[in-house]
Amino acid sequence: MTFKAQLLFLATVLVFGPSGNAFAAEVEKFTIGYLEITGDPRYEEKRAYARIRVKPHDRPLAGAELAMQQSRIPGRAIKMEFTLERATAENAKGLVAQIHRMKLESGIRFFLVDTNAIVLSVIAKATADNGTVLFNISDYYDRLRGAECQPHLLHTIPSHAMLTDALTQFLVFKKWRKVLLLRGAEPDDMVYASAFIRSAKRYGIKITETHEFKHGNDPRQRDKNNVALLTSGSNADVVFIADIEGEFGRYVPYQTNPPLLVFGTEGLQATSWHWAWERHGAPQLNQRFEKHAKRRMQGPDWAAWTAAKSIIESVIRTRSTDFKKIQTYLLSDKLNLDVYKGAPASYRLWDNQLRQPILLHSHNAIIDRAPIRGFLHQTENMDTLGDDIGDKRCQFQGTK
Amino acid sequence: MNMTSKTKKTRDYFGFVFFILLLLSGNSALAEIKKIYVSNEKSSTLTVLDGQSYKVLKTIKTCKRPRGVHFNKDKTKFFVGCADDNVIAIYETASGNRVGRLRNIAEPETFDLTPDGKVLIVSNEEDSTASFVDIASGKIIGDVETGEEPEGVQVTKDGSIVYVASEAANLVHVIDVKSMEVIADILVGTRPRRFALTPDESELWVSAELAGLVDIIDTKTHKVISDISFLPTGFRRNEVTPVDLLMTRDGNTAFVALGRANHVAVVDVVNRKVKNYFLVGKRPWGLALSSDEKKLFVANGLSDDISVIDVTKNKVIRSIPVGQVPYGILIVE
Repeated sequence: MTFKAQLLFLATVLVFGPSGNAFAAEVEKFTIGYLEITGDPRYEEKRAYARIRVKPHDRPLAGAELAMQQSRIPGRAIKMEFTLERATAENAKGLVAQIHRMKLESGIRFFLVDTNAIVLSVIAKATADNGTVLFNISDYYDRLRGAECQPHLLHTIPSHAMLTDALTQFLVFKKWRKVLLLRGAEPDDMVYASAFIRSAKRYGIKITETHEFKHGNDPRQRDKNNVALLTSGSNADVVFIADIEGEFGRYVPYQTNPPLLVFGTEGLQATSWHWAWERHGAPQLNQRFEKHAKRRMQGPDWAAWTAAKSIIESVIRTRSTDFKKIQTYLLSDKLNLDVYKGAPASYRLWDNQLRQPILLHSHNAIIDRAPIRGFLHQTENMDTLGDDIGDKRCQFQGTK
Repeated sequence: MNMTSKTKKTRDYFGFVFFILLLLSGNSALAEIKKIYVSNEKSSTLTVLDGQSYKVLKTIKTCKRPRGVHFNKDKTKFFVGCADDNVIAIYETASGNRVGRLRNIAEPETFDLTPDGKVLIVSNEEDSTASFVDIASGKIIGDVETGEEPEGVQVTKDGSIVYVASEAANLVHVIDVKSMEVIADILVGTRPRRFALTPDESELWVSAELAGLVDIIDTKTHKVISDISFLPTGFRRNEVTPVDLLMTRDGNTAFVALGRANHVAVVDVVNRKVKNYFLVGKRPWGLALSSDEKKLFVANGLSDDISVIDVTKNKVIRSIPVGQVPYGILIVE
């Protein structure tokens, strides 16, 4: 073989690969970033007295990993391989540095971010207009979709407003229109209670009394720590409890006086995902998650899975790795994402929140799915949950 | 005028004689419906209906979560896939007795047979494979990896190709039956479910449940060439979730069960246009057409009943309560 022929042969091999099989052809890699804070207080082992675990506190990474696993065969169809690159830092500043580094070194433009609202807000501000897209997968705060919204910050986890709207629709549907509101003094409790107050106003639910509870046994504070006293003489139909931590809340059912149904963070609760959901392919998703993570799938796991899935779907549908093309598809009405809740999901263009059905669950069953039947919207019934285009709580600065 | 009338009369006369002869010969094309079997996913039963009175003759207990149903080649037996027991049960059509079981098939959902009736190809929801089962020995002779949640299975008339839809991957896999290799992955609309082939097999129709449409694939190029969307009056796109579909033998008409939209669509295949919608029960999925193509049976999963449509009169004529969450229908003639 002459030198020229050798060169030609080499070039042929490089271009077409060593095998003629279509599936063995060159595979392109697409990497998605995954960011989290070391020692995130939300994942500390918060155990109640006697080491009882009241609420699960698991990092949602397994959800994103599952989406990667599931992308293998769809990726095969377009000769692409999807991977996840995980990075951690101690604070917001550290994560911003990670974003810059990962973009520079690995060309990563899409990031799933598992932090609380305070950290996420700082990161989003610092990365505005740098050609990345961030996904909020674990914080419910309305203000991230309102005053602090950013054009490149998307949310797959529902907002507080979506959750309380879903619960309130159910109250209206059942004609349980009088509510006694119990809330803790923690900032998280206050925020959740305010979201409910807003929903109640929106749907004409009357809050007959509001009490702040205090966890403890001090007889001098009986009026705040005793559920029977807190509810005694009430003419409400239900109690709405805002106790994110859950230590007080778990003693509210069966202790009210008169007997009252419990809503909010205890009793009937709203979530993006639950292990007891059994329709629209949910058993398959739950089984696969449990196999992978050795635990049940929760709201943030689902949100991480959905965020990764929406990126992968946009790459596959555009058959492109071009940032602009993927981003445009992601934030368009073409996105028709199967999120295993019946209606296909897509992002609301006015605040980048994923529109999705919300599940209302007891401790072991799905009681209903919002939007509750009868709650109609002029274009899309799912937009009766959370901020609609007319609410205008988000005013994007800068460019999308 | 006279001439025409006379010709018509003569033709009618011959037509009548032909009809009598057909009746005497017991031609299956005009045979009447004897029985109808319905698999009930949630009550784990088969409901047996009388083919004329539509009365429930009996209810047979089956393995857990029976879904896909299919006759064998000469229709003397039929297969029932039970997802929760990992079994495909075999029943004798005449008696309704169980005569065999194909075991260790992970979460079977729907399946099809090769034209020689010897191999059953089934989608395994849990394992994300299409399994090739030798019916005589009950052994799995091969597995082909698919996208997650494989569902619809369709074998071509010559048995050379099998199409498998993957619900979670939005793909239709084209699999070579002989080599058991995937030769193409076709990207289709969200959540593909079931298939119908045009009689000349030039087009493969696949329902995309969450896209609210049927995608039409050119079987030569493996490309989606067109689609049909559905919108019965008063429904929004998100409420239209097509699942089962079938085509008449002449390839002129297709029926599509629209799931949450509670309707069955009638489609002009050649012009790819929706001609009509029938209001049926809640969440219709499974469809079955009598061999004379006059009666269409619809399994309504969330109202636990079967709708009977008289296709010639364009009318829904009956609604028959069966077991919980009816899934598949077999017509015995």
